Amino acid sequence: MKTLYWLVKREYWEHRGGFFLAPAITACVCVFIAIMSLIGLEVLGRHAGLFQLNGSDNGLNINDHLDAESLRNRGIILDKFLCLGAVIPLAVMAIVVFFYCVGSLYDDRRDRSILFWQSLPISNWKTVISKVVSASIVAPLIATVLGIIFGFALIVLCVLYAAFHGVNVWGVLLAAHPFRVTLDLIALIPLYALCALPTIGWLMLCSAWARSMPFLWALVIPLASNLIVFWLHLLGLWDLNGLWYFGHITSRLLFSVTPGNWWHFIAPTSLNGVASHNDILDALNLAQNYSALTSIEMWAEAVAGVAMIGAAIWLRRWRDDS
Amino acid sequence: MNAVVTANGLSKRYKNAIALDNVSFEIQPGRIVGLIGPNGAGKTTVLKAILGLTDFQGQLNVLGLDPRTQRDKLMEQVCFIADVAVLPRWIRVREAIDFVANVHPRFNRAKCEAFLARTKLTPDQRVKQMSKGMIVQLHLALVMAIDARVLVLDEPTLGLDILYRKQFYQNLLEEYFDDNKTIIVTTHQVEEIEHILTDLMFIRDGKIVLNTDMEALGDRFAEVMVSADMAKTARELNPLDERQVFGKSIFLFDGVEHSRLAVLGEIRRPSVSDLFVATMKGTYA
Repeated sequence: MKTLYWLVKREYWEHRGGFFLAPAITACVCVFIAIMSLIGLEVLGRHAGLFQLNGSDNGLNINDHLDAESLRNRGIILDKFLCLGAVIPLAVMAIVVFFYCVGSLYDDRRDRSILFWQSLPISNWKTVISKVVSASIVAPLIATVLGIIFGFALIVLCVLYAAFHGVNVWGVLLAAHPFRVTLDLIALIPLYALCALPTIGWLMLCSAWARSMPFLWALVIPLASNLIVFWLHLLGLWDLNGLWYFGHITSRLLFSVTPGNWWHFIAPTSLNGVASHNDILDALNLAQNYSALTSIEMWAEAVAGVAMIGAAIWLRRWRDDS
Repeated sequence: MNAVVTANGLSKRYKNAIALDNVSFEIQPGRIVGLIGPNGAGKTTVLKAILGLTDFQGQLNVLGLDPRTQRDKLMEQVCFIADVAVLPRWIRVREAIDFVANVHPRFNRAKCEAFLARTKLTPDQRVKQMSKGMIVQLHLALVMAIDARVLVLDEPTLGLDILYRKQFYQNLLEEYFDDNKTIIVTTHQVEEIEHILTDLMFIRDGKIVLNTDMEALGDRFAEVMVSADMAKTARELNPLDERQVFGKSIFLFDGVEHSRLAVLGEIRRPSVSDLFVATMKGTYA
């Protein structure tokens, strides 16, 4: 356990730039853009005569007496800001994790530093598992925490701006559910990790197997096989539909590290629920999201992911080219 | 004493070449063994087999363990430095020490830090900011602080200047080596390690062509400088090699009694590099 902890720590040392700095910098840039937009809005608004300089705004102070319903809606908007804040670093993280996995078992073979790691008494399976944990748990956790901080920053900006225009912000703030959203986002990480296994497994398998250009192999094999399936179907030689293959194989191998990777498995009725509801709390509803666990396909994919990770461990042990 | 390494009928084929051809040898504890051979002779394959980094046919026993199946356990007792460029470029001195200290049960942190204190390395320095010599200092500091029974060195000083090379072997001898440890080293810079070796193994085309300890080497091989008039007699004794220096011939004999050679001229112990060149004649032809 201690070795595993230090291996994960080692991954973080090596990839601090991708796991922490990239989402953090993106979030900071977004905050900066948000500030610029608000200032721009303010200036343009004043030029357009929307707000008066003496502080008695005509444009915005209609909000002073909100009924319960519109208060609720404004609370939801704040919740959405928090979610948006989380999604941006998570999207960056997805890209980082993709390339992290592609290089994870290849880069140290290429620069031969694998010889140093293998001079230490560490099992190969621990090394590989530490990389899986970094990709599926550590990186999403860091990105989610950063996202929540970023989301809170967005909320603070909105509230300050509204307060600047004399809106009663306390009512709106109380109608929002920042802590529940935070908890939900964090509680969804294990589900994310489980559903990301196919891509993580596939990319790490390619990374352990390829003698060169693991990225190209990882991309070409699913796409080319998809093309063949599509072609066979077109000729009427095979029943398997190319589109089905894309949705259930190709895209799962390549894109299941994207945020919300489990939506695929939520039954259509509840998915409609997610899509149509305004309330972000419903979209984050844990019971509904975790209903993905009842999908046989999800478990089949997770098992396939684990099998590919197993193959990567075997290759890592016996690939002899450094 | 039990041998540290016992190899029996070791063979390894790559796709289009034989790297090891039915090799057998034993290495005893407390020895410093030089494994010397031309490029592509199979030195690295032997080391990789000992370290469990490659598959092979035959039997190999290292410290009572099979490197293929018990590698994780074996590596607690075996250290290796595989040339200088294998430390990951991103790692900092501090991180490398922290990591090894926490994953290696036989690592002595104080020893490592004491060794580094005598170098110019600073805790926050990254490997990519270091010269080759500094990288090898860091690697050596990490390895010397591990109380291992076998140390494997594969071209450890390649690309280092003479100061670092001398210092490397000096540190190894003075501060690391003792009767319980065994060092196996491959290198092309034979002259520099000649005086520290206790055993010598020559390997050529996947076969061990010479396996001897250094004392026996002096008895078995002899170098004699012979003047022109005696050269014919010398040639009759079937020398391994002959070369000309200042109008005299230098002959290298294998297994000829010293009393018979004494009449030809002054007997000297041949240098390992001369012996190597004589043994490997025609390797690349």
